[in-house]
Amino acid sequence: MTAVAESPAVGEVTALTVTLKILRTNPEGTADHAAGESYWEEFQVEAHATDRVLDALHKVKWDQDGSLSFRRSCAHGVCGSDAMRINGRNRLACKTLLKDLNPARPITVEPIKGLPVEKDLIVDMEPFFASYREIMPFLMTTGAAPTRERLQSPEDRARFDDTTKCIMCAACTSSCPVFWTDGQYFGPQAIVGAHRFIFDSRDEGQWDRLEILNDKAGVWKCRTAFNCTEACPRGIEVTKAISEVKRALTSGEV
Amino acid sequence: MTHHEYDVVIVGAGGAGMRAALESSQRARTAVLTKLYPTRSHTGAAQGGMAAALANVEDDNAEWHVFDTVKGGDYLVDQDAAEILCHEAIDAVLDLEKMGLPFNRTPEGKVDQRRFGGHTRNHGEAAVRRSCYSADRTGHMILQTLYQQCIKQEVEFFNEYYVLDLILDQDPQAAAEGEDVAVAGVVALELSTGEIHTFRAKAVIFATGGAGKIFKTTSNAHTLTGDGMGIALNAGLPLEDMEFFQFHPTGLAGLGILLSEAARGEGGILRNSEGERFMERYAPTIKDLAPRDMVARAMANEVREGRGAGPHQDYVLLDLTHLEPAHIDEKLPDITEFARTYLGVEPYTEPVPVYPTAHYAMGGIPTTVQGEVLRNNTDTVKGLYAAGECACVSVHGANRLGTNSLLDINVFGRRAGIAAAEYATSVDSAPVLRDDAAARLEGIVTRLLATVGGAGTERVADVRKALQETMDRNVQVFRDAASLEEAAGVIAELKERYQDIAIHDRGRRFNTDLLEAIELGFLLEIAEVVTAGALARQESRGGHYREDFPTRDDEAFMHHTMAYATADGVRLDKKPVVITKYQPMERKY
Ligand SMILES: Cc1cc2nc3c(=O)[nH]c(=O)nc-3n(C[C@H](O)[C@H](O)[C@H](O)COP(=O)(O)OP(=O)(O)OC[C@H]3O[C@@H](n4cnc5c(N)ncnc54)[C@H](O)[C@@H]3O)c2cc1C
Ligand code: FES
Repeated sequence: MTAVAESPAVGEVTALTVTLKILRTNPEGTADHAAGESYWEEFQVEAHATDRVLDALHKVKWDQDGSLSFRRSCAHGVCGSDAMRINGRNRLACKTLLKDLNPARPITVEPIKGLPVEKDLIVDMEPFFASYREIMPFLMTTGAAPTRERLQSPEDRARFDDTTKCIMCAACTSSCPVFWTDGQYFGPQAIVGAHRFIFDSRDEGQWDRLEILNDKAGVWKCRTAFNCTEACPRGIEVTKAISEVKRALTSGEV
Repeated sequence: MTHHEYDVVIVGAGGAGMRAALESSQRARTAVLTKLYPTRSHTGAAQGGMAAALANVEDDNAEWHVFDTVKGGDYLVDQDAAEILCHEAIDAVLDLEKMGLPFNRTPEGKVDQRRFGGHTRNHGEAAVRRSCYSADRTGHMILQTLYQQCIKQEVEFFNEYYVLDLILDQDPQAAAEGEDVAVAGVVALELSTGEIHTFRAKAVIFATGGAGKIFKTTSNAHTLTGDGMGIALNAGLPLEDMEFFQFHPTGLAGLGILLSEAARGEGGILRNSEGERFMERYAPTIKDLAPRDMVARAMANEVREGRGAGPHQDYVLLDLTHLEPAHIDEKLPDITEFARTYLGVEPYTEPVPVYPTAHYAMGGIPTTVQGEVLRNNTDTVKGLYAAGECACVSVHGANRLGTNSLLDINVFGRRAGIAAAEYATSVDSAPVLRDDAAARLEGIVTRLLATVGGAGTERVADVRKALQETMDRNVQVFRDAASLEEAAGVIAELKERYQDIAIHDRGRRFNTDLLEAIELGFLLEIAEVVTAGALARQESRGGHYREDFPTRDDEAFMHHTMAYATADGVRLDKKPVVITKYQPMERKY
């Protein structure tokens, strides 16, 4: 028989009761709420301080209300499924532990802003992915491909390392005040996606991409609110990436 | 019900599905159906690297890689498939680099390589640097790069379409040996609307990934529920070698979140409560870099013999404290952050609590080296292909080597994509459904809708939890007849309870409650097959360890298991292993 690790991780962890206050929307309506109407609902769950907000949401869904809807997959911050507004800030539910919030007060959970709500915490991601596709997010080269790998120095590789980390969770884009009000703006994620190629020494499409970002929907809309950098669960310096793109446009040099 | 017609339908948009799509969509009209947005697929969670004998940093060659793969798999590997895997590895890595994948680089600017468990120089002499990597987020880079190429090629995705069933032109179990059975299409549920769609196709590729959620402690995502394997089984097709499940040694204790073997490749050391580097006793030559099955058993054994660490002495320690923080930040940034975020441990200065975690299904839908799905030991289903973790070629045998799966999804994803497109362009149209197939389709849809409005009383979460707990307790690193029989009994009971499952969400749109219930159905079936195979295999080989039969028995068990679902339960059959060069030897490291 197997020795199963029964204990949740290191040492003892404190059990607690937390209140989740969730902004809900049912597109088909419920007994008490019209189709598409948004309303707050509170749930209490028994949890451990080291549990993720995602675990608490699962407890609601699995034990109390099966209709609560949200996306999730990896549960450890790498797939980008579960960006939500938790206590007013964009975060991944699977990367936010209860102990890092104030469990004495209700934890508010809302869908990310600026994208149409489909159901509860699920938003329509299509406009977000459409912006990403606009910036031609793929390596562009000319001439015949070499037989072996293209060479790239570790220094050149390091130039765009930060922006390769993006998991497209939309936490940045949906935290941007310009994105909320301006339906045209690509949003920070698309600029991050473009940065990843613009500063890749192997790529030859940087000026095509920069031209797209120079457009009226592009980088100049950014008013450097820094929300995006704070929201990024991967620690990408989003505002820095955007300013590097702006600098490339003004100086004409990458 | 909406109806679609395509030449090729690919189910799954992880590494295998998208690699297939890049080939198929150039040659034939292709649709990719995926329950997750492509970039959410669990390929993105892979950390350590992708194997290829590029010899960029030291002497290496593909033949040594073949040998390591065969030996690592405890000789249950089909050697013709392993040869393809290892020889095509070099182009597979170079192709990804040309697509833009940002590999780590050597000072000369080449793709850098590092050590990984079981990969050796010259047939076991010493560990070799064969893993091509991008920090500890290689899978993320592969998934992103393939997705970017799919955007470039304008691959047609049906995102958040959940495939429920596979339609063949006739029941493959009723068909005679040698008779033609062909694929006709798939049935899918559009999650955002709850609408049923049928996709008629000349060729279908399954690339639905793993089934780790049959266990409680796992590195796998919530969504890795073995759908593709379950669908194949329900359609009357066999599953191969399902008793071989890999337990990765270093999951974060209590959570199962993976810390890549790269941590040990970069110099990390496993220690017990006494601070002893215990792997020196179990694998004197390559120690901490022995294959995963051996390390996982050694760890479980240390815990069992009272040398576990922590308040309950139920884990061991992964020690990185002797590594330079700068080196850790450069090579292992993500996994060290997992330790900080989820366990509150600082790996620069403290060892990290780890315990084996259910990680990888070596078994799956049996295929040929072209990705064609077998319906028995010799006949393929015309137009049906599978690749990636849901498939079994078999290149991993009884135990997969680290970095060989990212390789597998690229090599065999590509092959399946080409083969499916070529087949689809060679036939005029998809076969017409026979009456029984059409009736089956009707049945699925009706049953599904009835559940949503039904009066079931069993909670999905309760049944799933009971399943996962019994699997962790009884079918994990150590197994014996008693534990397996207990698991089989529990699973049978849970299958009964599943008949009375309740769906609380009565809506059609994004009914994730319904979805979890469907996924649970697949989990139960897969767990049943895993357990039945494990019970019948009265030997220990690779990831399958029987305490009551602790040695490998090549006389009686040098064969693959083929499992079929029948009205009377699981029926097991045997399939010969393909041996080309390497005769089975004792496995020592
Ligand atoms: C944490 C972790 C780290 C790993 N690290 C490494 C490593 O360093 N090196 C290595 O070689 N291997 C590694 N592996 C293993 C490897 O990553 C996986 O085996 C491999 O990525 C699987 O790829 P796949 O394309 O087969 O499946 P996945 O990437 O899991 O994709 C499955 C796809 O199928 C779709 N799907 C599933 N069911 C349905 C359905 N019913 N309808 C429609 N779509 C469906 C999903 O939406 C998804 O797109 C790791 C695994 C884990 C869990
Ligand atoms: S579930 Fe994958 S990022 Fe949170």
